[in-house]
Amino acid sequence: MEPSLASYLALSGILFTIGCVGVIFKRNAIGMFMCIELMLNAVNLTFVAFSRYYSDTTGQLFVFMVMSVAAAEAAVGLGIIIAFFRNRLSVDVDDANMMKN
Amino acid sequence: MVGTALFFLFAGLAIACAISMVYHKNPLYSAISLVGVFISLSCIYVTLAAPFIAAVQILIYAGAIMVLVVFVIMLLNLDEDKPLTRLRYLWALGGGLGVLLLAQTFFIFYAVMRAPNQEVDPNTTAGKTMDIGRAMYTEYLLPVEIVGILLLMAIIGSVILARRMSQPQLELVVDREEERRNLDDEE
Repeated sequence: MEPSLASYLALSGILFTIGCVGVIFKRNAIGMFMCIELMLNAVNLTFVAFSRYYSDTTGQLFVFMVMSVAAAEAAVGLGIIIAFFRNRLSVDVDDANMMKN
Repeated sequence: MVGTALFFLFAGLAIACAISMVYHKNPLYSAISLVGVFISLSCIYVTLAAPFIAAVQILIYAGAIMVLVVFVIMLLNLDEDKPLTRLRYLWALGGGLGVLLLAQTFFIFYAVMRAPNQEVDPNTTAGKTMDIGRAMYTEYLLPVEIVGILLLMAIIGSVILARRMSQPQLELVVDREEERRNLDDEE
């Protein structure tokens, strides 16, 4: 006997919630970045669960696409964080106010 | 039965690691907890009969992305995350959003539970690596090409972003930042 589709969706929803709340509570750009990765993973889990229960490969293919986009996001996002750190000597998002005045 | 037990074991592990990731103030502890989430999700993909995705999860997420993140944390030598002081309304926003999303999750859980039970086809080929490869290079060739171009753009973009400034310019930036901080302290 396998766990039902609903339990996979519930796990995915809980992980997405934790990631979403984390993005708001974290003050540090790298922490926010990791929370976004967690949210992407929660969505991936939904794709794979539906792919399994509807016997369709497409879901798993799109997980692969999401992973590629996450890798691209990691490269560019960490590049931005490093450039920001060089300018302000901090990765706190509250310090990102250079365009404010 | 074994499948259910494994699912609940790894689901609990994933949720515990995710909470630990958000809870820890030190970015390095958060990163290690996130690796735990990725590994338990990979085990869950195995219980969903998706070995290719499980392997790629370990390779790309735990292997490539998290190594990059840990590398940047070490490189920048970050101190602990400051407590949330300036923006009090964020607590309300975050809490409200969390409650809303959790309510939605439970709604989906009950809605899907009440739906007619979806049986897994025992003879399915979905998830076999060969099947994924065939779909990737025939039916979904264009999305794969687009992702390839996206990765190329990401490579070029990150090289341009992380380009080293010339040394005098860097010192100018650091001096300006220190001056600004001194001014802030005096105020």
